[in-house]
Amino acid sequence: MSAAVYLDHNATTVMDPRVLDAMLPHLGQPVNPTSRHGFGRAARHAINMAREQVAVAVGAHPSQVTFTSGGTEADNLAIKGIADTHTPSQIIVSAIEHPAVLKSAQALRWNGWQVTTTGVNVDGQLDLDQLQTALKQQSALVSVMTANNETGVLQDIAAIAELTKQRGALLHTDAVQALGKIPLDFNALGLHAMSVSGHKIHGPQGIGALILDKHVDIQCLQIGGGQERGLRSGTENVAAIVGFGLACELAMRELPQQATSLTSLQIQLENGLMDLGATIFGSRAPRLPNTSFFAFSDIDGETLVMALDRQGFFVASGSACSSDSVEPSHVLLAMGVTPDLARGAVRVSLGRDNTVAQVADFLLTLRMELTRMKRMTALAV
Amino acid sequence: MTVKTPIYLDYSATTPVDPRVAEKMIPYLTEHFGNPASRSHSYGWTAEKAVEEAREQVAALVKADAKEIVWTSGATESNNLAIKGAAHFYGESKGHHILTIATEHKAVIDTVRELERQGFSASYLEPEADGLIDFEKFKAALRPDTVLASVMLVNNEIGVIQDITALGNLCRANGTLFHVDAAQATGKVDIDLESLPVDLMSFSAHKTYGPKGIGALYVRRKPRVRLEAQMHGGGHERGFRSGTLPVHQIVGMGEAFRIAREEMTLENARIRRLRDKLLTGLTTIEEVYVNGDLKARVPHNLNISFNFVEGESLIMAVKDLAVSSGSACTSSSLEPSYVLRALGRSDELAHSSIRFSIGRFTTEEEIDYTIELLKAKIGKLRELSPLWEMYQDGIDINAVKWAAH
Amino acid sequence: MAYSEKVLDHYENPRNVGSFNKDEKNVGTGMVGAPACGDVMKLQIKMGDNGIIEDAKFKTYGCGSAIASSSLVTEWLKGKSLDQAMTIKNSDIAEELALPPVKIHCSVLAEDAIKAAIADLRSKQGETMDAALCRHGH
Repeated sequence: MSAAVYLDHNATTVMDPRVLDAMLPHLGQPVNPTSRHGFGRAARHAINMAREQVAVAVGAHPSQVTFTSGGTEADNLAIKGIADTHTPSQIIVSAIEHPAVLKSAQALRWNGWQVTTTGVNVDGQLDLDQLQTALKQQSALVSVMTANNETGVLQDIAAIAELTKQRGALLHTDAVQALGKIPLDFNALGLHAMSVSGHKIHGPQGIGALILDKHVDIQCLQIGGGQERGLRSGTENVAAIVGFGLACELAMRELPQQATSLTSLQIQLENGLMDLGATIFGSRAPRLPNTSFFAFSDIDGETLVMALDRQGFFVASGSACSSDSVEPSHVLLAMGVTPDLARGAVRVSLGRDNTVAQVADFLLTLRMELTRMKRMTALAV
Repeated sequence: MTVKTPIYLDYSATTPVDPRVAEKMIPYLTEHFGNPASRSHSYGWTAEKAVEEAREQVAALVKADAKEIVWTSGATESNNLAIKGAAHFYGESKGHHILTIATEHKAVIDTVRELERQGFSASYLEPEADGLIDFEKFKAALRPDTVLASVMLVNNEIGVIQDITALGNLCRANGTLFHVDAAQATGKVDIDLESLPVDLMSFSAHKTYGPKGIGALYVRRKPRVRLEAQMHGGGHERGFRSGTLPVHQIVGMGEAFRIAREEMTLENARIRRLRDKLLTGLTTIEEVYVNGDLKARVPHNLNISFNFVEGESLIMAVKDLAVSSGSACTSSSLEPSYVLRALGRSDELAHSSIRFSIGRFTTEEEIDYTIELLKAKIGKLRELSPLWEMYQDGIDINAVKWAAH
Repeated sequence: MAYSEKVLDHYENPRNVGSFNKDEKNVGTGMVGAPACGDVMKLQIKMGDNGIIEDAKFKTYGCGSAIASSSLVTEWLKGKSLDQAMTIKNSDIAEELALPPVKIHCSVLAEDAIKAAIADLRSKQGETMDAALCRHGH
């Protein structure tokens, strides 16, 4: 077996050593940024720098950045926080959202909100006609993710922003998977809220941010202490914030070159997958350059993933957050994929350290494992 | 005597990460970087194993079952989850009244206020002048419809320790859930959740030499306490709290709590000696007042008011010390500490208070330096103070009619 | 809170700290503010026979900016006539010390202290003059 090859970058990424170096001084120092003494002031300065780095990466102003404990909290804050300052009406979410968005929206039903889920087409892109129809009814908020975590399919956020603007609805996008992989421009797109996270871009886990248009009324969820201008109380996680800031800066600096090299790896991978007879989900839509979600008919995804793991290739079946369950992916079902084929789904998400040789090795191993599994199935029959 | 300034005496605001904790965290930032929710490969399994070991360490410090520990982003989130989660889950059946204490942390007070906005009613019991709660008054404040009572174990400003056994028993007898904010208590006070009548308890890592951005909530299983989740998503932490678990932070908290469990007896004895030395040194200065009871108090804390000296000029004078005036979390406002006011201290004495909090890395030389510095600076400021002059002339400052401005 | 260099200088090295005997007839005392508000300023001026302020002293219970404001005005007052002293404005003090908006009230208090000290002196001098007139009249 060759050395381990990590192909699950949409679940989490290894931290960049430069990010770790930047964080270490903040782990050893006693710094509560709210304290007025010198220790506290240095921490505040570091946080402000990181806020700028994050702002630049998403095309926002630093004052629009609120640090949270991660993407899930940012999604919860955006959806529940905005809903709380509005009279209950309709909230529209796409069917392929991350559970953090779907479940937050569903929780609003208790407060009298109507939650409308709009579908996607077979390529995984939001059905804009459905959105337009839904928007005929008074809607406070629409939430559509920029890039899907499972398929990598990109949504036409500019077009969606145009539609929501016409109807006076606010637009939130979960950009956790998009950050660092494609350019983001919060203010140019006229977005109202955007969630991002640190650990998907070689930054630390446990840190994220909500980018928020200052004209949006929002109620904080976590109360007490008044940090982050009252929007998110709790002692700031200084080391993680510093790490997140630098990870954003590095991602932006390296994005053009990364995009090119990941795209060529993706082409290499997907040509190989198609030779093996794979169905690649969302392949006709614009996608992230690192994500390939695919299945082989009559091959169980979970078994294939385990087999690949034994050979040192770490990939995912379904998405990490819901991999406790054996339910087929809700994203694929929304795209009209049959439950049988969806159960076979395997996700490869490439990262900056993956090489042409690793992809070639992966394809070879995959061919071997598929042959073996088919033979076993044949024996069983 | 050479002492490096500023001297850090603000361990109740936050603590440095213990080098042993940082060392344990680093591999989880680099090679073992998996997402514990990734069930399909060994990166995920390694991460999950580390998370569960840390959960055992946290549980061991407070004698709980690991299954009763839910990870959060810190004590503020734990307090929010416990109070809102329990109030929402049990409000319909038990009632809509919440009992808490006027000297709680803002994370508790403001959360209870938010529930009031949602239609709950609340009582904020005033403590006695020593900062402790009168049991009779607490008992009288419990109502048939009190769904939850929330009392902090150790106060962040004055360090007093509440008798949560007695208060918890009163709650039990009343069928009221009991939440305890123990953010300031871990490693300082013995906590035995096997025997304590407590249903929910909040913890923080960064007050106990762990990293910031991680905390935990204890949720009792026998009898089982249920909560309405506040953070929705992938259903992590058995649905109590969604969100990818930050493995390195969790590992750090586990290690920090392991060290606390093993070393707290010796460490607290050493810290108590330093605190008592500081107390003896500072009380040689005239007209100083210790805030809060001295016996039922963690050894780390000394909160003291210097009469006839104004608070802000005092903080300027002691810039060689990293200390708090009022609580760190509210010190950007000029309001005097609400905790000291609840004890009945005048605004002037509340303003001129300093919280010294001593910790693992405080040295005897630093305490000596602090005492000498305070003596000199208080002397200088009083030389400048017209109030001190009046006091020495025998004038009763409170009897003077001051022009309002 | 960031203090200006000048505030820090006056705070570290306050000028003219102390008290005159307030019963002396050429001493005017102004005490303004209240402990509950966080500032009490006591400003004293001593007038020479030529009607010029020959010395000034202060004591202040208050923040660094309050201490600096009162320390500064004791320097400014020396050598001025009472009428000249009356023209010292809080805005001059705030500008000289580069006080931030939240500290403007310290300069207002210092101006009030000057006015109070002068009023005290004038009332004493007035009394003295009245007494003198009475004696002349007899």
